[in-house]
Amino acid sequence: MNSLLVTDAVSKNFGDFTALNGVSIEVPQGSIFGLLGPNGAGKTTLIRIINQITMPDSGRVLLDGLPLEQHHIADIGYMPEERGLYKSMKVGEQVLYLARLKGLSKQEAQERAKYWFDKLDIGEWWGKKIQELSKGQAQKIQFVVTVMHNPKLLIFDEPFSGFDPINANLIKDEILQLREEGATVIFSTHRMESVEELCDHIALIHKSNKVLDGEINTIKRAYKNNTFDIGVDIGATASLPAEQASAKAESDLSKKFECTPANFKSLGNELKLRIKLGDDGVPNALLSELQNYGQVTHFTEVIPSVNDIFIQTVNENL
Amino acid sequence: MSVLSLIIRREYIARVRNKSFLIMTFLSPIILVGMIMLISYLTQLNKHEKRTIVVVDESGLFDNTFLNTDDTTYLMLTEQGLETAKEVAENEDYYGLIHIPKNESGNLNSVTFYGNETPSFGLVERIEKQVEKKLEDLNLLSQGVDLAVLETSKTDINLNIENFSGEKSSKMSNWIKAGFGGAAGYLLMMFIIIYGNMVMRSVIEEKTNRIIEVIISSVKPFQLMMGKILGTTLAGITQFAIWVILGTILLTVASLVFGIDPSAASSGGMSEEAQAIANDPDMAAQFIAEVGKLPLMQLVFGFLIYFIGGYFLYSSIYAAIGAAVDNETDTQQFMLPIIMPLMLAIYVGFFAVIDNPHGTVATIFSIIPLTSPIVMLMRIPFEVPVWQLVLSISLLIASFVFTVWFGAKIYRVGILMYGKKPTYREIFKWLKY
Repeated sequence: MNSLLVTDAVSKNFGDFTALNGVSIEVPQGSIFGLLGPNGAGKTTLIRIINQITMPDSGRVLLDGLPLEQHHIADIGYMPEERGLYKSMKVGEQVLYLARLKGLSKQEAQERAKYWFDKLDIGEWWGKKIQELSKGQAQKIQFVVTVMHNPKLLIFDEPFSGFDPINANLIKDEILQLREEGATVIFSTHRMESVEELCDHIALIHKSNKVLDGEINTIKRAYKNNTFDIGVDIGATASLPAEQASAKAESDLSKKFECTPANFKSLGNELKLRIKLGDDGVPNALLSELQNYGQVTHFTEVIPSVNDIFIQTVNENL
Repeated sequence: MSVLSLIIRREYIARVRNKSFLIMTFLSPIILVGMIMLISYLTQLNKHEKRTIVVVDESGLFDNTFLNTDDTTYLMLTEQGLETAKEVAENEDYYGLIHIPKNESGNLNSVTFYGNETPSFGLVERIEKQVEKKLEDLNLLSQGVDLAVLETSKTDINLNIENFSGEKSSKMSNWIKAGFGGAAGYLLMMFIIIYGNMVMRSVIEEKTNRIIEVIISSVKPFQLMMGKILGTTLAGITQFAIWVILGTILLTVASLVFGIDPSAASSGGMSEEAQAIANDPDMAAQFIAEVGKLPLMQLVFGFLIYFIGGYFLYSSIYAAIGAAVDNETDTQQFMLPIIMPLMLAIYVGFFAVIDNPHGTVATIFSIIPLTSPIVMLMRIPFEVPVWQLVLSISLLIASFVFTVWFGAKIYRVGILMYGKKPTYREIFKWLKY
């Protein structure tokens, strides 16, 4: 897969402070790319460099294989975390103005604006001033402004903050649809649930360095450690009542495997454990072992969540 | 349409549609004209006030000295004696009483003015002059000088001034030149202070509205700055033009309707020479001739270049200040670099230039960019060597472009520094980012 955007060893210093230290990422064409990192890691600086707001001290940024130039602003749509519009300007005029700054002609801008206002059903806001709109309404206008010039690359910095769940969902669907239509999307966020849901690639930036990047499934595969959540329904045996049989099974298993209590939903009252097999463990061996204790009701490989990976990686790099 | 012209258009419309701008534009001339009318009305009222001054002349020397004028009547009450005269003056509510005691030696320092209120400077001076003149005449007579001869021997010299190529000029032309330069300098200063602030506020606008990152990801800060300066300037020129036109119309209408002469308000401040010109038809003709002799082309071009260049330079400094701060209250500390050179330029203009238009001080300050717009504007009527003009204009333009660039640089970094109150040191550090 070819990359739409490549940053090649990008560094940026502010005085003595290093905001980015040789960060290289590759954003594949048509992907939804999650740019993750704790607060102050350097995400926003990287995004500003991609948007040519700040210039890198060293390193290159390539869009479509070409070094960034002024005209590339027309190919990028950016919704910053720090959001705002001209408060005393009318919605329609504002949308047209910002679209034309991105290089659209007057007519194109009007057509595109009409398309989006119809699509989001916000036509009646056209003649209002931003200060007359609610915060959520203004956010929708902000979204329209970001996508109106049909950019190849969309960058959203904490896109869902400030949206109520209904509008957040609406915007999410719009973003997914834009991706279907060929746009590439970069998300910068520390909200892991939206990353889990949307992104197919991620890069993790921590303390100005990139500590992890790649396709999300590949990363998860690398981070999984042969751990399984199991459930075994242990009935009463001849010698022991059900409860004691269960406790015995647990202590037996604990001797053979690394066990911790598991937490998943089930209807019965079975024994639930999280079992870590280690690198050379064989899942099937575990399964047949379990069968000796009773009816196996649950056997799932534990896939690390992005949240787990995030916390683990950040802690490793402290 | 290019990005720059888009920005200019938006800025212009945003300024012009602003409510306070509209109110200011249309209210200011009304208020100004109203004030002028009020002042001239009051001045006239003052003039029409008739006052009577009682004179008690015990020396008997001043029989025909105090002559009645339009607003002052003198009443000789010498025979009644000082005490009675005082009573009369008090009872009749006269303006005051002049008492000249009898004095053999001719020492009249004990001339006294009695009155309910302190008399105006003008009146005191007039009385003193009249008494002095009379005494001088008497002294001359006692020395055997014929007053008629003295009168005819008085001369009035007007020095003819001519340069080596034969062009004539006069004291009056110098006065006209200084007047023109001074007016232009003042106008520029007013313009800078009013509209420079507007530029600054408009640069802060993106930050207070938090739209800055969206804008800066679309256009270069340099373009944004330039657009803001130009757009605001156009709005300023619009407002200024409306002021001038509306003011003139209103003033004409008002003076026709109320029959009040607005020049009465300003005549108090006019120099004697100006009044002389206004009163003397010969002088008026000379005035017109002198204006015609001024280097008009150079004046008009100089005015345009320095007015525009000077305004742009200062508004770019205002823009740079706007770029450095988040809100208007933080701008105070940066005002000094604007106010200082402006004040300096005005002082140099009014002292050094008028005293010696081609002296070292005037020449140097008319070349340094920050003071050159005002100082050079004041020097131009006195004809400035071309090399100085060229040097000064090039420096002006260069420093304008530099300041916009500098402002754009600060702007780029300033957006990263939300909430920090910048200091000069910090800004200097930003330049290296």
